Amino acid sequence: MKEFLLIFRLSTASSQKPSPEQIQERMNWLAGIAAQNKLADKGNTLSTLHAKTVMPDNVVTDGPYAEIKEFISGYIIVKTDTIEEAVEFAKGNPIFKMGGNIEVREVL
Amino acid sequence: MATNRDQTLIPKLFRLEYSKMTAVLCSHFGLGNIAVAEDIVSETFLKATELWASNVLPENPTAWLYTVARNKAKDYLKRNAIFEAQVKIEIKPEERENDWDFNEESISDSQLAMIFAVCNPGNSTEAQICLALQILCGFSIEEIADAFLSKKETIKKRLFRAKNVLRQDNFQIRTLQEAGISSRLDAVLKTLYLLFNEGYFSKSNDQLIRRELCSEAIRLALILTENTWTNVPKTNALLALMCFQSSRLAARADDSGATILYEQQDKGLWSQELIDKGNYYLVNACSGTEVSKYHLEAGIAYWHTPPTDQHKWDHILKLYNQLILMEYSPVTALNRAFAFAKVYGNEKGIRETEKLQLKDSAEYHALLAYLHTNTAADKAIDLYQKAIDLTKSLPEKKTLRREMENLIKKLNDNEY
Repeated sequence: MKEFLLIFRLSTASSQKPSPEQIQERMNWLAGIAAQNKLADKGNTLSTLHAKTVMPDNVVTDGPYAEIKEFISGYIIVKTDTIEEAVEFAKGNPIFKMGGNIEVREVL
Repeated sequence: MATNRDQTLIPKLFRLEYSKMTAVLCSHFGLGNIAVAEDIVSETFLKATELWASNVLPENPTAWLYTVARNKAKDYLKRNAIFEAQVKIEIKPEERENDWDFNEESISDSQLAMIFAVCNPGNSTEAQICLALQILCGFSIEEIADAFLSKKETIKKRLFRAKNVLRQDNFQIRTLQEAGISSRLDAVLKTLYLLFNEGYFSKSNDQLIRRELCSEAIRLALILTENTWTNVPKTNALLALMCFQSSRLAARADDSGATILYEQQDKGLWSQELIDKGNYYLVNACSGTEVSKYHLEAGIAYWHTPPTDQHKWDHILKLYNQLILMEYSPVTALNRAFAFAKVYGNEKGIRETEKLQLKDSAEYHALLAYLHTNTAADKAIDLYQKAIDLTKSLPEKKTLRREMENLIKKLNDNEY
């Protein structure tokens, strides 16, 4: 078994609060992975309000890195045999309905 | 003159008093000498059996037992050279002179200490349950073997090994302090949880034993709620769970011991008294911020108690989602899939279940069979057969066979 980090990204434009249905859908998705005993770490949701970016020369800006128009909203770690399987998990996540995307990276 | 005509008196007293007496004696002798405590209690009961069979019953049999046990303990201390050499240093002289107390307070303190001593994480969970049954609940080896569907020899060996672990443990039951309690409370709660489940989902066909396992687990959990250190939210949550589950015990099995599925149960047989108790402990459990797995399971059991509720399965699915994220187990995964099917329909439920790939599990095939019943009866019958072949539990086999036969009958009726 290998471990893969799933990084959730949302575009800054779609940062409205998720509805109870969206939360439920996300929970079902996450618990569905756990039910297959393939969740290594249920990860965390990351705040966009309490965020700062630290840059060279003591330059600190508010918010997540804003040059690109998207921010990381959270992450989880799954354990699967192949990256394809991890990608299949990612495909089922409701984030795409909100214009987001998921980056899948093997944990070395 | 009353003679001992009641043949059930001694077995009853044994069940009630054995664990109390062993606990009090152990709190004096120390855990290392648990065999000595057990010998004294056994001898006491032997003496009672001999005397009461031919003579008049004492006015207060329990007090009589305590007196005899106390005297035997004192005699033991006087004559035993090994004790003098090995244990003397650990017991202060003034304590040795003290009377052996069998009052309510010392019994309940000793029992609490004993619970903590017995639930030793160093032992396998099966061994912990066996120990709890023997030392805390006064079950005979035969009864334990019955409950586990094992041979007496197997249980004997298991207990022997488990007691060795206890003996090597430094756990001081005389000086049960807050730190020791909180570090071991999880192990204690888990043992009681397993003890209860052993009764509730028992492999044994013996209804009486199953019920006694459940009520013993509740009795021990109640002892925990009587002490300030152990009366914490998760203890109350566990007790609430046990009460809710027990409320359906009478409705859960038919006369032959086969399990009656939740949906087919006679709700009139549910115990409202136990449901009320469950509610009481569940409220107590919610006094903090902690959410343990017992909270979630008690919550799920709670949603099974109201006869009807429109959104019941939504709540149950949410709780199962949380539970599976907290701790994976195949049983939780299957129960979650069932709740998923209840909320989103059988078709999606089947897909969610098939992802689990628990091909060696009887419950997995039984759930798939249930979900296929209305749409693919042939497939459902095959799946039931697989489940029947896989399960080792006799009541379970009966239940599954009944479901399968009903389905075959329905299929045949439709053809003609």
